[in-house]
Amino acid sequence: MVYKDPVRQALARRTARRNALVGMGSLIGFTLVVVVLVSQTPGWPVVQETFFNREEFVSSLPGLLKAFLLNVKIFLIAEPLILVFSLLIALTRTLRSPIFLPLRVVATIYVDVFRGVPTILVIFLLGFGVPALRLQGVPTDPVFWGTAALVLSYTAYVAEVFRAGIGSVHPSQRMAARSLGLSIWQTNRYVVLPQAVRNVVPPLLNDFISLQKDTALVAVLGPIEVLRQAQIDASSSFNYTPYVAAALIFIALTIPMTRFADWIQGRMSKRQRAGSVA
Amino acid sequence: MTSGTHALLEVSGIWKSFDDHPVLRGLDLHVDQHQAVVLIGASGSGKSTLLRCINGLESVDAGRILLDGNVEVTQPSIDLDKVRRRVGIVFQSYNLFPHMTVLENVMLAPRKVRGTSGGAARDEARALLARFGLEAKADEYPDRLSGGQAQRAAIVRALAMQPELMLFDEITSALDPLLVGEVLDAVRELKLEGLTIVMATHEMGFARDVADRVCFLHEGVVLEQGPPEAIFSSPEKQQTRDFLARVLG
Repeated sequence: MVYKDPVRQALARRTARRNALVGMGSLIGFTLVVVVLVSQTPGWPVVQETFFNREEFVSSLPGLLKAFLLNVKIFLIAEPLILVFSLLIALTRTLRSPIFLPLRVVATIYVDVFRGVPTILVIFLLGFGVPALRLQGVPTDPVFWGTAALVLSYTAYVAEVFRAGIGSVHPSQRMAARSLGLSIWQTNRYVVLPQAVRNVVPPLLNDFISLQKDTALVAVLGPIEVLRQAQIDASSSFNYTPYVAAALIFIALTIPMTRFADWIQGRMSKRQRAGSVA
Repeated sequence: MTSGTHALLEVSGIWKSFDDHPVLRGLDLHVDQHQAVVLIGASGSGKSTLLRCINGLESVDAGRILLDGNVEVTQPSIDLDKVRRRVGIVFQSYNLFPHMTVLENVMLAPRKVRGTSGGAARDEARALLARFGLEAKADEYPDRLSGGQAQRAAIVRALAMQPELMLFDEITSALDPLLVGEVLDAVRELKLEGLTIVMATHEMGFARDVADRVCFLHEGVVLEQGPPEAIFSSPEKQQTRDFLARVLG
């Protein structure tokens, strides 16, 4: 049986409605002020012509969208590889037996190096360096090496995320699993990793969003992805609107992804709160 | 040795220290088949460490633990996974797997360790859960259980491996006093079935009731042991008397 005072409920409803109105009014007012202020600046007509030119936008958009497919392709290839490799690296770093010392050292050095070097440098070094070796049978495609560089760089980051997740599972869980006769591998597979991955879903999604944007870094190697296409368009018309269009394309993809990450995070913390009450 | 029983567990002279702090100092313990042995003693007397050494969760510094007369748990090259299939343990903090339902918790080890098929493991798990009054909770997640239900589920999970020896490590210490009874009743039932039990507990009434033998641990050794009536009514050692005076009030 739930009883709520009707007077209090009416008051709560009125307060909620007032808060919504105040928020909406404040948002509209603030936007108007910014628009008016910016359009009053002396350079605005030139800026509008160079960055927000409607004809330029319309004429460049189809080409940019087509070029963006390459970004999507790079992302879709890189992301699963990153997930698999980083999980393996994270697991390697949790092995305690002395037999695995060499593996552990290699994994640690790898993470230290690739987290320390800027992603764009890794792309440069691999993209220009490896093809220059002229090795037989080694691809020279810049998209291949750009994607490989992203995978190398991001795997180091995501491995640390997974390692934190594994560390967040209480040791008593491992002990309980081992006491039932499960092997180390089974304990990881059925008890530790499912909980570890659940704990790091929000930071993982964050890194996905970051990777979506960083596919544009492959532009430095020359393949026509969206940023490179915008550069070409801009330099042929001496107008920067294609850059703005490219930015909007990225935003159109990352904002839904960000909201999705927020939603997952909110749902998980709600579930955790529910769990702690019981 | 009397006919019909033999030593299921033979602990002789085990030493164990953590960071130069000795916890077990040459402890001996002998448990016959179908016996229920209760370990009592102050916190830090070595009860939990002893239990963890018995199923190999902790390694010993010296001494021998022999299971069933032929399996030497303390031998460095032994496959501990094989020992643990025969020795179940239940912890104070339940340690149920929170991402699995109660049923999945119970089925995991039979399926993955013993290789029981999914259907058979499910039937066995449901039957065991029903025996301990948990059939309605089979499909719940552990965070929806009361402490008493969670601990009974943990007992069922250990029993699903059909162990010959069960270790209970202060399994009622984290429980609301109102829920202690239901968990102790579960242990009592296992004792009546003839399961061999080693149990560390602060529930003296239960020890008096159910134990075949009570062992008083003090500073890492079994200082005094005997049938419950002897230990509780006429303890011989001063330390035993002091301990009982404190816990019985």
